[in-house]
Amino acid sequence: MTTVSTRRRRLRGPGAAPYLMAAPAVLLFIAFFLVPIGYAIWLSLHAMRVRGRGFGVRTEVFVGLENYLSAITDSAMYEALVRMLAYGVIMVPVTMGLALSFALMLDVPKVGLKSFSRLSIFLPYAVPGVIASVLWGFTYLPAVSPINRVATELGVPAPDFFGDVSIYFSIANIAIWGSVGFNMVVLYTALRAMPAEVYEAAKIDGASEWQIAWKIKIPLLAPALIMTSVFSLIGMLQVFSEPNTVKSMTNSITPDWVPLMRIYQQGFIENDIYLSAATSVLLALITVLLSVAALAVFRFRARRSS
Amino acid sequence: MKRPATRVKIVPTILLLLGALYSIAPVIWLVFASTKGPGELFTTFSGFPSFNGGFMENVRTLNEFGDGRFWTWTLNSLIYAGGGALLTVVISAACGYAMAKYRFRGQKLILGSLLAGVLVPGITLSIPQYLLLSSAGLVGTYWSVILPSVISPYSIYLCQVYASASIPDEMLEAGRVDGAGEFRMLWSIGLPVMMPGLVTVFLLQFIGIWNNFLLPYIMLADDDRFPLTVGLYSLLNRGASQPALYTLVITGALLSIIPIFALFLFLQRYWKLDLIAGGVKG
Repeated sequence: MTTVSTRRRRLRGPGAAPYLMAAPAVLLFIAFFLVPIGYAIWLSLHAMRVRGRGFGVRTEVFVGLENYLSAITDSAMYEALVRMLAYGVIMVPVTMGLALSFALMLDVPKVGLKSFSRLSIFLPYAVPGVIASVLWGFTYLPAVSPINRVATELGVPAPDFFGDVSIYFSIANIAIWGSVGFNMVVLYTALRAMPAEVYEAAKIDGASEWQIAWKIKIPLLAPALIMTSVFSLIGMLQVFSEPNTVKSMTNSITPDWVPLMRIYQQGFIENDIYLSAATSVLLALITVLLSVAALAVFRFRARRSS
Repeated sequence: MKRPATRVKIVPTILLLLGALYSIAPVIWLVFASTKGPGELFTTFSGFPSFNGGFMENVRTLNEFGDGRFWTWTLNSLIYAGGGALLTVVISAACGYAMAKYRFRGQKLILGSLLAGVLVPGITLSIPQYLLLSSAGLVGTYWSVILPSVISPYSIYLCQVYASASIPDEMLEAGRVDGAGEFRMLWSIGLPVMMPGLVTVFLLQFIGIWNNFLLPYIMLADDDRFPLTVGLYSLLNRGASQPALYTLVITGALLSIIPIFALFLFLQRYWKLDLIAGGVKG
């Protein structure tokens, strides 16, 4: 009798256990996600103002959407956004294109040196953005660059990696180098998880590897491609350490080159944390909207395919 | 279906090797450049190593720099990444297990908020986190870098996916019949079964914290607390006026990626990268 009753009690609910197990994560989530978000929103609606005449006391006052107005009319921010888009237009498609091509090639039967290539291409993922920027930065720096040296030896003009246009490619290249491998592995693993019978059937019908890749594998990869693209887009919005590191090697990169650098500048150099908070909230909103839109597409596709 | 001679496909192999070359060439360049003494970096071709004992000299100079500051940074990086990743695993495993194996009130709310948390750009949080930790008097301490890194919605999500896929309900039922408590089952049934997934979460998180720059850059002012990324960045910044420091930055960059490459190569067979891709199918 007792066992039955305890068993029934257990089945009805394990009591406080799941709450206790989830508690540390929930508490930390509140402390380091929700409270900062709330605080950022609160800050964004306030400003430091001098009250009274002469040497009045500076106090925090509610200013409504004033900071948001300054944030969207800030011309430096606008330029930073344009630069970020120029960088993203290179970085996102190239990263995804290379990751997809490498994943498909790894999946082709009878490819040589497969594990060597896979590991080598994945390895840059372990290199911090700052170190990758140091690495590539030196190969861009005219005085040290091996590329410039080779060009000089050959008598061709040395490329300028810090030019008005080339700088976008130089910075994008650092991010591409660091992220192709991770995306490739995600896509390759998704390919491996697919049922082999589909390919067998296509092969019997006389499809070439190229046709199989184009007509079968890529459509099947759509959900994984969307997810990795969203990660790349979020990476684009948060680009900071690459231009910030290369900045010390060239004058082509200003301290407010991309949005996050501009936010850092507003908050820590111009000491206007209120404006900085408003800009952060806007950037976060763009990120969330973008992700939600991508997830909606993802859901739509998933429903259609099932 | 067995064929006697398997001919390697040439075109994909070559393209993959080009990709591999692109990925490792800068690292090889780094190895070569670190063999250059301070005078040689700007005078000799950096696409070829020097054999004048420059590397040992660079390591010695790096060693002596600021009373072994480089090693302090390395140790700090290990503390942030190792300690942070370990705490993340413990917290995420418990939460993910609870999400996967129980039905309770408020669960949907917690799960929904956490998933929304994946979408919030972590970096955008750094400035308010700085202000909050600053009012708590924690800015500049190890905790100011570790605590915000420990909560990782993505890790919790991966733990949940892995727990629901790998822990059979029957095992927990059997445990209950035997009279085991809920925590006992998490410890002796859940965690061992989840171990391969937890190793992956640990590695992803270790590399994530090790590579992080903005958070420690914002939180820390004192040189002695810097991780390698911020330390080498500050060194590079000073190099703009003292080019001799460039040699130190190059050698430091090389030494800083060796341990993480080693960890990576050593642990690669324990990675369950299908877990990351598995999250896509959900």
